[in-house]
Amino acid sequence: MSTPSFGSDELAQFRRTFFEECTELLADLEERLGALAAFSSDVEGLNAIFRAVHSVKAGAGAFGYTVLVGFAHRFEALLDRLRDGKAELDERTLAALVAAADVFSALVDLARQGETPADDFGADVAEELCALLDGEAAPASAARSAASAPPAQPAGDRTYRIVFRPNAELFRHANEPLYLIRELKGLGTLTVDCDLSRLPPFDAFAVDDAYLGWTMTLRADCPPAAIAEVFEFVDDECELIVEEVGAVPAKPEEAVPAAVPEVTATAIAGSSSETKPAESKPSDSKGAGKSASISSIRVDLYRVDRLVNMVGELVIAQAMLAQQFTESHDQDDPGALQGFEHLAGLTRELQECVMAIRMQPVKSVFSRMPRLVRDVGHKTGKDVRLEMAGEQTEVDKTVIEELADPLTHMIRNAVDHGIEDAATRLAAGKPAEGVIRLSAQHAGSNILIHVEDDGAGLDRDRLLAKAIDKGIVPASAKLSPEEIDELIFAPGFSTAAAVTDVSGRGVGMDVVRRNVQALGGRVQVMSTPGKGTRFTLVIPLTLAVLDGMVVAVGWEKYILPLTSIVESFRPGRGQIRVIPGGGEVVSIRGEFVRLIHLARVFGVEEAVADPCQGLVVLLELANGGKLGVVVDELIGQQQVVIKSLQDNYDPVPGISGATILGNGRVALIVDIEELTRLHDRSARIADTTRQPIAANA
Amino acid sequence: MVSYTLKGAGFEVLEAEDGVKALGVLANTRVDLIITDINMPNMDGVTLVKRVRAGGNHASTPILILTTESGDERKASGKAAGATGWIVKPFAPEKLLSVVNKVCPA
Amino acid sequence: MAEPQDLPNAGPDAAAAQARQFISFRVGDDEFAIDIMAVREIKGWTETTVLPNQQDYMLGVLNLRGTIVPIFDLRCRFGLGLTTATRSHVVIIVAIGGRLLGLLVDAVSDILTVNAADIRPVPDVDQPIDNAFLAGIIPVGDSMVVLLSLENLFANHGPANAAIAA
Repeated sequence: MSTPSFGSDELAQFRRTFFEECTELLADLEERLGALAAFSSDVEGLNAIFRAVHSVKAGAGAFGYTVLVGFAHRFEALLDRLRDGKAELDERTLAALVAAADVFSALVDLARQGETPADDFGADVAEELCALLDGEAAPASAARSAASAPPAQPAGDRTYRIVFRPNAELFRHANEPLYLIRELKGLGTLTVDCDLSRLPPFDAFAVDDAYLGWTMTLRADCPPAAIAEVFEFVDDECELIVEEVGAVPAKPEEAVPAAVPEVTATAIAGSSSETKPAESKPSDSKGAGKSASISSIRVDLYRVDRLVNMVGELVIAQAMLAQQFTESHDQDDPGALQGFEHLAGLTRELQECVMAIRMQPVKSVFSRMPRLVRDVGHKTGKDVRLEMAGEQTEVDKTVIEELADPLTHMIRNAVDHGIEDAATRLAAGKPAEGVIRLSAQHAGSNILIHVEDDGAGLDRDRLLAKAIDKGIVPASAKLSPEEIDELIFAPGFSTAAAVTDVSGRGVGMDVVRRNVQALGGRVQVMSTPGKGTRFTLVIPLTLAVLDGMVVAVGWEKYILPLTSIVESFRPGRGQIRVIPGGGEVVSIRGEFVRLIHLARVFGVEEAVADPCQGLVVLLELANGGKLGVVVDELIGQQQVVIKSLQDNYDPVPGISGATILGNGRVALIVDIEELTRLHDRSARIADTTRQPIAANA
Repeated sequence: MVSYTLKGAGFEVLEAEDGVKALGVLANTRVDLIITDINMPNMDGVTLVKRVRAGGNHASTPILILTTESGDERKASGKAAGATGWIVKPFAPEKLLSVVNKVCPA
Repeated sequence: MAEPQDLPNAGPDAAAAQARQFISFRVGDDEFAIDIMAVREIKGWTETTVLPNQQDYMLGVLNLRGTIVPIFDLRCRFGLGLTTATRSHVVIIVAIGGRLLGLLVDAVSDILTVNAADIRPVPDVDQPIDNAFLAGIIPVGDSMVVLLSLENLFANHGPANAAIAA
């Protein structure tokens, strides 16, 4: 009888959690490693690094990433020696540790992507680790070099040692060890040994208590996960140890109540370090963890999301309630009104608290950057130092994950193109070593992230030439320095003379800007020739809630993002001009601003067509430009909970999301960045087909 | 769907519309396995599990709860109440049978 | 052993040779059916919020207890013209591929229990509705109910569409 891949959902969840932990552990490892200096006795640092490697190894074993486990084993062994003082942290060892950390991190990445590393991946580093462990002066002999990982388990049967000892709890839940053992038997060949040692004498025997344990050996062609699956209902009601047995049996581990059954791969002849008892890894706030005893708990992200959503619903429900109340009563019940105000205040506070749960320091993203700067510096032969500030600044977890790519790209660029080579710098009177400053700070309800270098600044002449060359601007264009700087964000624009493999391959600043805009933020650039360049990312702290202005267009209501609204006004006849080509502009305070009719963009009939009879809402776009949007009237300001259309439908151009108003109806949130493009497109269509749109131009 | 699959596999199946009726059936007949949904009128599945476990002739009978994929807390509260195991909806019939085998004599 | 009478589950293995259940409904003069496993809810028609610049069979979105669900006019999807929806029309909420969507139909008829073996293939006759949408014919009494393929009906809405929509 075969076991279907039942636990696949849960396995996927465990795996996700595991890789999240790996990210944190590896970040910590990097930091500690960076702080290690040769010949110092930083035992605490070594301990921390050891723990990180060990934790990753334990989880990797459970998922069967044998190459990773094998490498980790060696890495761990060396660290163990070092922290016990049995080996010395000399230059050579330190270099080996750094190299090992690199290989380790790469192996984790491969595992995360579901790829198997080549058999000799990191072989040279593994050899060096072996050499150091064996106290040899030079890298090893042929026998060692062949084995940079434990021998691949023979495809086919694997042998597991399973120790199973149920608690009384298990029986209370009507689980029956017999059936579970029977399931195991169905996986392969099973020998069972029952441990009767805990049976008390008859008169001390409690009918509903558990005294028996079983030690079993299973030979089966299945992964450890299949065994875990058999026990999935009872894993917290028993002691369970599942070990894969190789050529050298592992030392018996202490029986540890396991939230996740652990598997440790064993080492081949050679390094016979002790396997310390595996620390149990709480995968789901089950509380058994011996790891970090700061007062925090690990919580399934899914639960937090649910909480955030629920609070969002609460905000909507409370708004609906308030609306219904005001509609059905005159405002002459001060008690109830006060009650509603209080409720609204409490709800707002609750929402802030809940949003704060998902906030995390940007450190986790920043911490990858020093290594990046080192690597790119080496590749380009430049000497660059990275300074960081404000790593503790917090931002929503979902935003953090999206920050990694843009930041990586910008920093790569800064090293590759921004910072000059040493000779040029010295000639310009700058220190040979270039500096990049990465900083984060809060500003209002946004987070500001600066990437600043003290390099040569943007080469405006070259930028302009390139833009003209690519047809992005006409040859006769007169652009201010700032406008020239903005050109780097144009799609397909790359001034790298040769597309280096470091920052080339078509990933340009336009992608960065798009990514940041997708987060609801914007990118700005400031450059001084000869002095340097500074990029600033302005990103809202949270994605889920928006301060909106509800506007009416015909029978429909739309939401405009409040932070983008400069002002709104009813223009006089004289302020409206028609420009050649058919567009409209409105004159406001000396500027002419393009006018867009929302009714036309969204195909709304019966809307006010004449701006002088409706309202113009003046918006500021991400790139600093201005846009005037014609609506019928303003309904009011409201904080709205953003719901995505894409959960159940496709993206709709011009709409960035939806929300539920107090009256229960869905209102669409306008994507103001898209409006101009859509307006022009629909204008072209209107010219060719008959459309019931009131045209003013 | 559940009864269909089980009947097809040779089990004898008794059905009840909600928790209250289920308790009635259980009081009068001996069964080897109980499978319950969570969302039911009159008495939800978790409460049913608690009641069954509290005493009576089925306190040691295996109980399986049917839970949707997003029901992590349901699984946990079901377990805390004393459920033996769970089946995730939607499920394939073979899956149901394999889970039943884990908790019940064949 | 308590089972809900109403809320059905989502689809088990379709190839199983056991009986399957379908919900049948009427659009115009014809009867159609869909797998009961896909049906989440049945509700009366309420006004949707229109999404701009969509296909004409896409009626907009509804607030379903906090979830935003798109609603499609089946009559229009079949190329038979727009439905003038009133409160007596019915919206069937289905789940396909992890997404919820609503189908506007004239009325719900029945729950059919059919053996997989009794489902006839679609005849190769020329008819107004695109054959790709149809998954089979179910004989009921002396009339026929057309089994719909929900996946094919809405195949062009989904993650792949994201690239095109921009």
